[in-house]
Amino acid sequence: MEISAKNITATDINEFLKTSNETVTLTDVLGERFIACGLKEKTVKIYGTPGNALGAYLDGATVDVFGNGQDAVGDTMNAGAIIIRGSAGDALGYAMRGGEIFVRGDAGYRIGVHMKEYHRKKPVIIIGGTAGSFLGEYMAGGIIIILNLNNSPSPVGNFTGVGMHGGKIFIRGALNATLPPQVKCEKASTDDLDSIKGYLKSFSDIFGLDINSLTDDSFSVLSPDSTNPYKRLYTNN
Amino acid sequence: MLEGQFRNPSGCAISAIFDKSGKRFSGDAIISSISVMHERSNGLGGGFACYGIYPEYKDYYAFHIFYDSVQSKRDCEDYLEDLYDIVNLSKIPTRKIKEITDEPLIMRYFVAPLKTKLDSFQLGEEEYVSRSVFHINTHIKGAYIFSSGKNMGIFKAVGYPEDVGRFYMLENYEGYCFTAHGRYPTNTPGWWGGAHPFGLLSLSVVHNGEISSYDANRSAMETYGYKCTLLTDTEVITYIIDYLTRKKGLTFSEAATVMAAPFWQTIERAEKKERERLTYLRNIFASQLVTGPFSILVGFDGGIMALNDRLKLRSLVAAEKGSRVYIASEECAIRKVEPSPDKIIYPKGGEPVIYTLEAQQ
Repeated sequence: MEISAKNITATDINEFLKTSNETVTLTDVLGERFIACGLKEKTVKIYGTPGNALGAYLDGATVDVFGNGQDAVGDTMNAGAIIIRGSAGDALGYAMRGGEIFVRGDAGYRIGVHMKEYHRKKPVIIIGGTAGSFLGEYMAGGIIIILNLNNSPSPVGNFTGVGMHGGKIFIRGALNATLPPQVKCEKASTDDLDSIKGYLKSFSDIFGLDINSLTDDSFSVLSPDSTNPYKRLYTNN
Repeated sequence: MLEGQFRNPSGCAISAIFDKSGKRFSGDAIISSISVMHERSNGLGGGFACYGIYPEYKDYYAFHIFYDSVQSKRDCEDYLEDLYDIVNLSKIPTRKIKEITDEPLIMRYFVAPLKTKLDSFQLGEEEYVSRSVFHINTHIKGAYIFSSGKNMGIFKAVGYPEDVGRFYMLENYEGYCFTAHGRYPTNTPGWWGGAHPFGLLSLSVVHNGEISSYDANRSAMETYGYKCTLLTDTEVITYIIDYLTRKKGLTFSEAATVMAAPFWQTIERAEKKERERLTYLRNIFASQLVTGPFSILVGFDGGIMALNDRLKLRSLVAAEKGSRVYIASEECAIRKVEPSPDKIIYPKGGEPVIYTLEAQQ
């Protein structure tokens, strides 16, 4: 079923998505916020430019954007998948606790800030291009993968993983970044690579890429350095 | 309580359209662009800065003035006549709409400094004009000059920006650059003068954010003779840019480096020459460092600059299509007026995006 977002409000869009039992294609989307907020099991295709907080609290639905995302895509999402076929803005996957986000292009600042995991709930973000500064800031769990498919000299910005105390950040190819002392950077092991192979396969299937082009190169893996914890960083307590 | 008697934090929407070739276009487009971000404002302030709109008076300063009363108009005009040759004065045309109420008297004057007065003043024309603007805004009760540049004008009011644009009939103006602002002040009744853009001479600033260095910046700027009458952070940002570019001769790019200076740890990693340059700018202009979240659009004669705070705590997107440049808080505001841009640009924190007219390059 296809509907045009022209002349209807963001609230109307979400009411419609909630009551519909089939795949919905939204056209003429322009800045409407909170699309698919908290949505469960169904598929939403979006043409245009969805507004901030797309798929916030997403709870199982698949949201496929044929364009760019703005800020706070997948804010606090719990389950499901968000696909952005263009680029995304800042704070994508903020406080994400489950589900998967795939971005074909670049992403902005603070990607995956405050991401967390618990038992089987393990959120994943894969960015095809580069990410801005503060990637994985305060990260507590989950996986972030930066593929840098255009081989930019800077796959990430400054302050990557600042305050990170859980989870892993994978970066494909050369990594020219100064990392905070509490973050450890190693060459990804075979086990590490095995752990992300499934996500890379999904990424290549979604965007029609050759999986070998994603796995041929080496990956760096960033994780919290347990030998250098954050004790007494802010206070003496 | 009136604006200026206490501080008001605000969230906001900003948007701009600039044509590098200098080709003029109608104010319709900027209204359309800013209207998409309606939720970012709360109806307590909207405004526009428009460049290239007064070509027939391009050698004269265009003063846009709010008056509370006929008396304040009389007082202000007496003062102006003493210092300026007023070649044209008129009410700024407005449209009566129900969304915009309680308007003050809004006048426009095209003026040139009186030669004898200017000669005896000895500090140059721009300083002459800027000092008289400060004098009126601080000493003449009920008069407020909110626009004082050449071949440009600021139009602002209490209301949503799209309504403010219709109120001032911006469709009747043609310029090569427009900036727009939708305001979301959270603790204030809102006053017409407190809406954005803020301007001084041909400089204008629209701002989304909340700077935490306000008082440090304000006290520094007041020692240089700037009077911050409204207690809003945007006013002090405007004066900082005027001070750095007009009085100190910095380029807009250097001014951006001063206001959104890199962290010392980032400076330490730079190449020697760049490290020395950055260290020099941070040390000399330490009081002009602006901290806290901001994204601003700075209009100036023949150009525009967009700048984020160094942590990029506010959103900002730019796009190009042919000779047109678009910059806004959200991409949807660009797509509304240009559905298929050639290129989308995501400015980095503290790194300015600057465009100037091709004829001036």
